[in-house]
Amino acid sequence: MSDALALDLARLQFAFTISFHIIFPAITIGLASYLAVLEGLWLYRKDTVYRDLYHFWSKVFAVNFGMGVVSGLVMAYQFGTNWSFFSEFAGSITGPLLTYEVLTAFFLEAGFLGIMLFGWNRVGPGLHFCSTVVVAIGTLISTFWILASNSWMQTPQGHEIIDGVVVPVNWFEVIFNPSFPYRLLHMSVAAFLATALFVGASAAWHLLRRRDNPAVKKMFSMAMWMLIVVAPIQALIGDAHGLNTLEHQPAKVAAMEGHWGGDEHMADEGVPMILFGWPDMEAETTRFAVEIPRLASLILTHSWDGTIAGLKDFPVEDRPNVPVVFWSFRVMVGLGLLMIALGAYALWQRGRGRLYDHPLLLRFALMMGPAGLIAILAGWYTTEVGRQPWVIYGLLRTADSVSPHPPGQLALSLSLFVLVYLFVFGAGIAYMLRLVRKGPVISEGEREAHGGPGQYRQPMRPLSAVEDDEGDAGHPQPHTRS
Amino acid sequence: MGIDLPLLWALIIGFGVMMYVIMDGFDLGIGILYPFLPDKQDRDVAMNTVAPVWDGNETWLVLGGAGLFAAFPMVYSVVLTALYLPLIFMLLGLIFRGIAFEFRFKAREHERPIWDKAFIGGSLAATFFQGVVLGAFINGLPMENGVYTGGAFGWFAPFPLFTGVGLVFAYALLGSTWLLMKTEGPLQDRMRRLTYPLTWVMLALIAVISVWTPMAHPQIAERWFSFPNVFWFSPIPLLVVFCATLMLKGLKQGAQVAPFIYTLILIFLGYSGLAVSGWPHILPPDVTLWEAAAPPQSLGFTLVGALFIIPFILMYTALAYYVFRGKVRPEDGYH
Ligand code: HDD
Ligand code: HEM
Ligand code: HEM
Repeated sequence: MSDALALDLARLQFAFTISFHIIFPAITIGLASYLAVLEGLWLYRKDTVYRDLYHFWSKVFAVNFGMGVVSGLVMAYQFGTNWSFFSEFAGSITGPLLTYEVLTAFFLEAGFLGIMLFGWNRVGPGLHFCSTVVVAIGTLISTFWILASNSWMQTPQGHEIIDGVVVPVNWFEVIFNPSFPYRLLHMSVAAFLATALFVGASAAWHLLRRRDNPAVKKMFSMAMWMLIVVAPIQALIGDAHGLNTLEHQPAKVAAMEGHWGGDEHMADEGVPMILFGWPDMEAETTRFAVEIPRLASLILTHSWDGTIAGLKDFPVEDRPNVPVVFWSFRVMVGLGLLMIALGAYALWQRGRGRLYDHPLLLRFALMMGPAGLIAILAGWYTTEVGRQPWVIYGLLRTADSVSPHPPGQLALSLSLFVLVYLFVFGAGIAYMLRLVRKGPVISEGEREAHGGPGQYRQPMRPLSAVEDDEGDAGHPQPHTRS
Repeated sequence: MGIDLPLLWALIIGFGVMMYVIMDGFDLGIGILYPFLPDKQDRDVAMNTVAPVWDGNETWLVLGGAGLFAAFPMVYSVVLTALYLPLIFMLLGLIFRGIAFEFRFKAREHERPIWDKAFIGGSLAATFFQGVVLGAFINGLPMENGVYTGGAFGWFAPFPLFTGVGLVFAYALLGSTWLLMKTEGPLQDRMRRLTYPLTWVMLALIAVISVWTPMAHPQIAERWFSFPNVFWFSPIPLLVVFCATLMLKGLKQGAQVAPFIYTLILIFLGYSGLAVSGWPHILPPDVTLWEAAAPPQSLGFTLVGALFIIPFILMYTALAYYVFRGKVRPEDGYH
């Protein structure tokens, strides 16, 4: 009994902390590449609008990065603190992958981040640009390793089990396991999409208030181009990812589809696509289902009457929580379709010359600001909850991997995490939004002396109107004012 | 076979942890010294001396954790489970001090005191609990059949609490000598005055730990005082005394860089002393490196990367310090 409670608390704590963590890296990954593009364009075209945008977004990036780092630090220790049996069992694989992430990515990001954020006037434009690019590449390398690790837990291969622990025998197979390429692409693109939506919404907010300057327009336009190109690609990758999952984790796909199988349907009717409904795990059926006949067969087997395994084909103790998987999947796909719609709508208004002043478009873009992050969380819930009750699919059950802590201790740590995260990350997100509300400042790069040790910065420059109305003591004025 | 993989890994992890102690030590030390810098301008300068590099410094801690996970998964899982609460408190402390760097400069005037307190409290908590973890680790973790049996508060004992307090002073000394090197004017003077008492406290701490550990653990006494070990290890305490003398002299003569260097050497010596005491147990007092190691396939795979990449890490870390070399002045706003 207390064991089950301890297990639930440990899972809750892991889910809570990683859900916060993933939000920040997603924006970090997207913004780092965006900043590299902006700086490249500035150096290449010498159009100051790119430099102004660079300065603007690098501040948001800095706050976000700090939160990514501290929430990530917690993750790196949680495998041992909360999943000790997992760590002993699979540390020989998960540990090296995490170590490679530290060696090839975290140090790289941290090493060049200082130059990128504080070195504008300390190093030449070439080295500065290189630093930005290196940080951007670092975030993608990080994505590579952590997703290799997660994907191996979803579709393990390349190992043997000797004396009750996993022993890697073929590292290439371990890293390039079957679900890895799909997950890597899908997650990286998701980060780009989430960032584009965030940037687009920030621009839309200013455009709606007619605070438009060339920089605001430029970032809106860039974000909308990104959407129309990338959102449809994401749907295609997702579709391929689903087919891969069908091959390796059929129970997960059955839960995503709410498909129970058995004698519900005649064999030659194919499998219908359930749009909405309520999967009932007791009754083993999906209630109130709104279905399109044969569509699931068509999508998943590319044939008119193909069948897929239903949940009833799996023993009860091997089934994931169906309603969570079913609904989180729909949230993700629904938002993905809305993103495609937004991209298309923006393209249409662009054709009509109304990109920057069509109220409906701007409002739509504003509302979609958090959609990318919500879709990312929904996607991870689908993936992770759908993998249950396994922590390493087919090898180790979640219940067998948890550390032997008394529930009281876990309750204490979980409540502390909840309190601290809500306070700290709540404040951080508020600061990010406050920076966004100020908007890009024209010619900021010229006036702002990104001083550094040993360099006197220029006398205080006149405060711009936008900063004034915030009454803000921070960016981009010298904070040493007192 | 040839290469002793577990040994190499122990050295790499030991190196990573030492880099962490030194580098994040002076970051955390600045947070600990913040109460002695009531002035906003001094606080800005102090924080700006580390703002461009703190993230890289903290990454050595991630390397220590990940390296332990990769090379000695059994130690990683036992230690992290056994020392659950102090580690969680340490992580929470690191959260507060980490976000303070950005938040403090983004906050409105009336909000800044919150993040100043977060910086102080976070640095103190992180340091104290790191010391507790160290002390509890040296004391040994009671185990049966590979499972920790010491209970949730096993770490709440005199020795770990003492090392916790001790580390606070050690990091404060690192912080004060770092600021002595990186600043000038009244702030620098204040750091110089603080460094004297901190040096003496540091020496006292080293002395107490050197007496306490061999008294509590016969194994450690045996390691140090048996012949010929006593001959090999006697330079360590001698060097400590030698360094401390030079340091106090340098302080009087107005040296700016030397005290920081001597502090680094002192910390390094203290660290080696502990390594001598613990060797070759990775889970004192019973489990050795070789018993706890991951399979050679894991050790070898990760070793290739570590040996190849760590030199590059050291190079670009040096570059970052070089770019931000020199004194930091109030006029230099990084933000
Ligand atoms: C490298 C591994 C890894 C990565 C990248 C993720 N997870 Fe995970 N997740 C785990 C490794 C893991 C785990 C250690 O394997 C857990 C702990 C218990 C379990 O069953 O799996 C887990 C559980 C777990 C659970 C609880 C599932 C349940 O108990 O039913 C949730 C909700 C998430 N994760 C959510 C996420 C999110 C939102 C992620 C986005 C970043 C994420 N995970 C990435
Ligand atoms: C349980 C899984 C995870 C662990 C243990 C983990 C660990 C960490 C750690 C320790 C850091 C801080 C590094 C530093 O000190 O600089 C970090 C940051 C980061 N993580 Fe994670 N992470 C996890 C999941 C993920 C996922 C799923 C992604 C993306 C797909 C990701 C991408 C990143 C990126 C890009 C950074 C650096 C940027 C930032 O700090 O915002 N992480 N992670
Ligand atoms: C629009 C069509 C989309 C389809 C058909 C689709 C499909 C899928 C599928 C099948 C999975 C589960 C993979 C598994 O674990 O087996 C998944 C996971 C995921 N999805 Fe999507 N997706 C779509 C859109 C999106 C969008 C727009 C985002 C975010 C912006 C997103 C983010 C994620 C994430 C973060 C995961 C978890 C990581 C992973 O397993 O790749 N997806 N998606």
